[in-house]
Amino acid sequence: MTLQLQVTRNAMQLDVPSDLGMVGDAVELVATHVPPGTLSPRRISFNLRTALAEALGNAIRYGTGEDPARRVTVRVELGGDFVRIHVVDDGHGFDSRSVPDPTQPDNLEREYGRGLFVIRHLVDDVAFNEKGNGISLTLRAG
Amino acid sequence: MRFTLKKDKSGVVVVGVEGQLIVGNRQELKQKVLDALEEGSRKFVIDFAKTGYIDSSGLGVLVSLSKKIREQSGELRLAGLNADLQTLFELTKLDTLFAITRTAEEALAAF
Repeated sequence: MTLQLQVTRNAMQLDVPSDLGMVGDAVELVATHVPPGTLSPRRISFNLRTALAEALGNAIRYGTGEDPARRVTVRVELGGDFVRIHVVDDGHGFDSRSVPDPTQPDNLEREYGRGLFVIRHLVDDVAFNEKGNGISLTLRAG
Repeated sequence: MRFTLKKDKSGVVVVGVEGQLIVGNRQELKQKVLDALEEGSRKFVIDFAKTGYIDSSGLGVLVSLSKKIREQSGELRLAGLNADLQTLFELTKLDTLFAITRTAEEALAAF
């Protein structure tokens, strides 16, 4: 299955099938099309890639239940000094406040539950839409 | 993105992670290590010297493997984390759960 990235001067959009095996390719496609100079190469290499992989993985696993007939949409705003990535699925959404702290001793050896915690540390701003089925990640220059 | 498995002369399995360890490939890594565990290997080093990024699913699979290896009286060491990955382990406090060395050679020497 081929991913098609639509690119305009200030934005990009990508529809990703609900297949966890597509996450790596989708992340590479977006990361390699961020214009040079917007973010440092290191922030693109690590922060953007990791945060987008987290958001996509969550949307595919929990939002669309890994149903390959469903899609997750990635929309990227390209500002002069920021990149904002919106990841939206067609699921029922969730309450981000319900996620326990994965660094608490009782949670440390759990296999799951670190995604949002990791995202919050990698990007400058995280926002959710009202329904809880869309997350926006903002990375600023500098 | 690929995983390489090599056994050193003292029987330690060294797993190289090239590219990324994420939700889309973590099961492949897990299966390779579990197969080696099943075949009798008990000492493992996962070398991240050629790894760009790890997501929380990748971290989760390391936690799971660590438990399974310990249950078989084995030991898992991590090596080669770049500065960003080291910070990720510190933020998540997983640096307290794993023995982490700068290089795979140091990990091998510590067994």
